[in-house]
Amino acid sequence: MAAILRDLLRHNAEFRIGVLLVGSVLLLSVLASFSPFPPENVYVVPPDLPPSSTYWFGTTSRGQDVFWQLTFAIRNTLLFGCIVAIISRLLALVIGLLSGYSGGWIDRALMSVNDTFIVMPLLPILVLFYFVMRDRMSWLMLALIMAGLGWAYDARLIRSVAMSLKTREFTQTSLFSGMSTRQILVQEHLPYVMPIVFSSAMNNMVWSIGLEVTLAVLGFTDINRPSIGGMIYWANQHTAMVAGVWWWIAFPTIAVVMTFVGLFLLAISTNQYIDPRSRLGRVGDVT
Amino acid sequence: MPITWVPPFRFGIPGARMKSYLAYVARRSGQLVLVIFIGINLAYVISHASPIDPVEQSISAVTSYGNTAPDAIEQMRSSLRELYGLGGSPIEQYLAFWRRILSADFGPSLSAFPTPVATLIGRALPWTAGLLTASTVIAWGLGNLLGGLAGYYQNNRGLKAMGVIAMGLHPMPYYILALLLLIVFGFLWPVLPITGGAAMNLPQAWTLEFMMSVLQHAILPALSLILVGVGGWFLGMRSLVSNVVTEDYVAYAELAGVRPWRILSFYVMRNALVPQVTGLAMSLGGIFNGAVITEKVFGYPGVGSLLVDAVYAGDYALVLGVTTISILGVSIGVFVIDLLYPLLDPRVKVS
Repeated sequence: MAAILRDLLRHNAEFRIGVLLVGSVLLLSVLASFSPFPPENVYVVPPDLPPSSTYWFGTTSRGQDVFWQLTFAIRNTLLFGCIVAIISRLLALVIGLLSGYSGGWIDRALMSVNDTFIVMPLLPILVLFYFVMRDRMSWLMLALIMAGLGWAYDARLIRSVAMSLKTREFTQTSLFSGMSTRQILVQEHLPYVMPIVFSSAMNNMVWSIGLEVTLAVLGFTDINRPSIGGMIYWANQHTAMVAGVWWWIAFPTIAVVMTFVGLFLLAISTNQYIDPRSRLGRVGDVT
Repeated sequence: MPITWVPPFRFGIPGARMKSYLAYVARRSGQLVLVIFIGINLAYVISHASPIDPVEQSISAVTSYGNTAPDAIEQMRSSLRELYGLGGSPIEQYLAFWRRILSADFGPSLSAFPTPVATLIGRALPWTAGLLTASTVIAWGLGNLLGGLAGYYQNNRGLKAMGVIAMGLHPMPYYILALLLLIVFGFLWPVLPITGGAAMNLPQAWTLEFMMSVLQHAILPALSLILVGVGGWFLGMRSLVSNVVTEDYVAYAELAGVRPWRILSFYVMRNALVPQVTGLAMSLGGIFNGAVITEKVFGYPGVGSLLVDAVYAGDYALVLGVTTISILGVSIGVFVIDLLYPLLDPRVKVS
């Protein structure tokens, strides 16, 4: 594992930039623990100050320090993405492996449902969900809902790998040595799909954080809990761009763009590592 | 996915394949029905799992503006119950829900009372359909063309730079890109209209002036959808093409002296386009999500703005109407793309 990371860092520029971007965002989120102000409090600093040596990223019209607010926002946003990614990975794994290995009617039934979730326009459904839940919708509930809706694409990916694994000789050997379906899937097939699970987890985070930011800037989430989208929501509420408080919008936007580009670069560089064809392509480049 | 050789110059469906095409259409129709069925059920479950009674919510929204006589409130309550299909047993409610959707009758809108929800959606739908179709076609076409070139001419500097830009643009959420465009063209360099679907002072008619205004207003919303889209199609096509060019038949064609543009268009791009069509069908839902938020940012008079404004106004019937129409619209769009798919890939057979 360490050797793989070293190779990727040495030979893959995308991976390096990805690590740099995600690393700095992570660092920012860790700093939240050292914040001098609780994130919910308003008017703790003078409002509308531009970035300076005292207030690095300026202060908001609500009297909050943008820098410290951002640390909480990034932490919550990343946490949200991680929870969605973990739960939806579990669903995608179970459904993908089962579908690919079983074949037949189980496969057909699961994949029909799967394709349905792939094409479903989720934003209107999430908006409807917010509309009926209103203030009772917590961020954890939103995370669970999105995990329940966001597994489909990756389940299909895992299924395609599982289908090819099924035809390999070692699967037959395990079957004849009396292993149960569950044992074959967990002990034999799971290790092969883990790299895909990792790279798709990062793509899934890009997806879920993107939707969360979208819902939050509209005010369709718990807006009192600091998040990147929530910060932009409050900035819009105070018409920050018109009032010239640009730092209130600029810094959260920069942070979220860094998160997205970083995660995406990590996902595609690990994907390149997994896909032997593009590895061959790189060998061709060297010669 | 291994891409096998497909004979060039076969865009149509030969007569013998017609039967298998019809079987394919039947299978996709089954999937279409399933998508709509699951989607509508999801909407039903969500709208009825509410801990808050939508009727009481609407009533409190109305009564908060001033004093209303208790009799009038009671009358309103019963008529709203009937309107929302909340009367009767759960099975009756469920059937009533389906009846409303199949007859496209969602009752009157509360925020634009007494205009029916169907009328409001009907007014907004052409804007969204136009914006979505135009920007998707442009993004898909442009992304595939440039991505194909980038995969074929791998050492071209301009195309390499484009790859870096695509990598930065593709993962961006639509909202952030729309916001950036709004800031650039609204505050820093105000040359384009940043809100509305057309100039307010023009009559909505098929005049040249009105059409020009519509086009001008569509530039920014379309641009934010296109910029995100192009990145994804570019990256996908580039990696597909760079795999296809290593196939033996391409090497053979090159050795046989087939002209490069012909190899690129008929031997390479055509094969690589097949998975991209599947990709288009799969990502239509996501593109629609993008359209919703983009419309809101630019105040574009489509269903996205309608949906968000309906939530702010507490208009239950309108939110439900837009959600179900979105599910129907997107799944029909996917179905249409699926029907075109065999034209590109003659290997589609009854499996």
